[in-house]
Amino acid sequence: MNRLLMLLAFLLVPLHGLHAQTLEINPISGSAAALPIAVVPFDYLGASVAPDVDLAAVVRADLNRSGSFRTLADRDLVERPLRQSDVNFGTWRLLRQDYLLVGRVLDDPAGGYRTEFELFDVAKQERLLGLALSGRPGNMRDIAHQVADHVYEKILGTRGAFWTRMAYVTAVGLGRDTTYSLMIADADGHNPQTVVRSREPLMSPAWSPDGKRLAYVSFERGASSIYIQEIATGAREVVSSFKGINGAPAFSPDGSKLALALSRTGNPEIYVMDLASRALTQLTNHWSIDTEPVFTPDGRSIIFTSDRGGKPQLYEVAIEGGEARRVTFSGQYNARATIEPEGRIAMAQGAGNVYRIAVLDRRYGSGGETRLISPGNLDESPSFAPNGSMILYATRENQRGVLYVVSADARVRQRLVLADGDVREPAWSPFRQR
Amino acid sequence: MNTTLRFALFSVLMLSLAACTKQTKAPEPEPEPYVPPAPVETPVVDDGRYSPEDLDTDSCLRQRVVYFDFDQDALKPEFTAIIGCHAKYLQDRPSARITLEGNADERGTREYNHALGERRGNAVSSAVQASGGSGSQLNVVSYGEERPVCTSSNESCWSQNRRVEIVYTAK
Repeated sequence: MNRLLMLLAFLLVPLHGLHAQTLEINPISGSAAALPIAVVPFDYLGASVAPDVDLAAVVRADLNRSGSFRTLADRDLVERPLRQSDVNFGTWRLLRQDYLLVGRVLDDPAGGYRTEFELFDVAKQERLLGLALSGRPGNMRDIAHQVADHVYEKILGTRGAFWTRMAYVTAVGLGRDTTYSLMIADADGHNPQTVVRSREPLMSPAWSPDGKRLAYVSFERGASSIYIQEIATGAREVVSSFKGINGAPAFSPDGSKLALALSRTGNPEIYVMDLASRALTQLTNHWSIDTEPVFTPDGRSIIFTSDRGGKPQLYEVAIEGGEARRVTFSGQYNARATIEPEGRIAMAQGAGNVYRIAVLDRRYGSGGETRLISPGNLDESPSFAPNGSMILYATRENQRGVLYVVSADARVRQRLVLADGDVREPAWSPFRQR
Repeated sequence: MNTTLRFALFSVLMLSLAACTKQTKAPEPEPEPYVPPAPVETPVVDDGRYSPEDLDTDSCLRQRVVYFDFDQDALKPEFTAIIGCHAKYLQDRPSARITLEGNADERGTREYNHALGERRGNAVSSAVQASGGSGSQLNVVSYGEERPVCTSSNESCWSQNRRVEIVYTAK
């Protein structure tokens, strides 16, 4: 019996390394504020082979994961219109849907598929969008994510971040027999690809703002060094390999500079490197640990972690240097900031042995308002979606690292889990160029 | 007593010493009964200098891990003897080189722990130098929390991961 179960479990292991798990809707805050939308299956109307991707299912998963939408269950789709002329608005009003998305897949005369879709406002009985996207057969998940982005942007007025990617690190094995891999995958965990693999630790992946390069820390030279690698070609170079720590790289918003932590003076300090000249500017000079720098969206200052006050807290310093100002005041341990375009900061917040993801909105109150958005116990490495709507983070479950994605309002949370090994340090990519 | 016999007796003594003091190394999951450590009296060979063989036989030199408290880089007094004998080894053997590998437990962020591991490595390095080792014989590398020896999320595991490993790169 056990053997049969194991065999079944083995057969159920997905072919792709990562796959999305069931969505958890937070029962306390609920999802009442989420907008109801019906997404009707996109039928294939061409004369060749249908795409191997259920586009409507991918769109639904995206919209639900954002926390801003609640899609109608497939079994409740009593009608399955493919275009405007098939739509009975009364049906969708009875089903209490605010929005309706329909679509169909055709053969593209130039090769591949042409996906046409239309978005409706049910109450106003009005078409909000009517668009067509062309895609190759292997790219249909990308097309579905772009459809979800268009829907998100049309309804909420903010660019969608579903057609994006994430970088993360996996570790398989224990101790000196561990193999580390830097991976990239679609933001929903599909299509994982290896960027670099090493027998020595890999850490701290960071995206360039154009999404074409990754900076990361590798120990393959015996101690930590910072590499920048072109994703498409695999070409890479060492940009920092000083004595001591070479850690925590982060690109500036214009991509011309790299913030990093170096302990070449004997103590970890924050530096900014001009990538063209490799010239370094030292921003901090303090006996404490200063690390984990990130640029603010305007590129004018850097938020970093420092234990100069006794325990790690976030501080801010101008990129010209000068006095660092403390940013976090609630919580014993606040570290590893990630910033979204509006300026909200997510961080790992520790209290005793419990670490959770907290979001600080400095627009409110004197020191700002901090909210915990993850349940713990060892949550870390938060990374904002480029539109600020969701946060990826890592945690530990059953002695291994797993990734979660949570809506920035904490309403909806979903686990992304690797079939094998330990997953950590997710980094959400910038928007992709449409 | 001829030399061979003397050496044999000496080896037996050393082995038993090693067996006795091994228990002080770290909380290990072996179900062996606890034997209180014998007073550490480094057996002295003729000229009183350590030789490379001592790295495998000397009960003090065989101890290569220094453990720390959470978020701390202060050396605990129980590791003073270990620091002392490795410092003496470096003094006795100027060609010897040590890499001090600093590590942290999984709590807290990874780059902060990268820095914390370095602080721990530096603390051991300073102590070895204060006991007579030369800075040019010592190298510190921090692995942060990236190289755990134990992966459960509890104190018994965390205490094994908060460590500096003394690795001889040249004997």
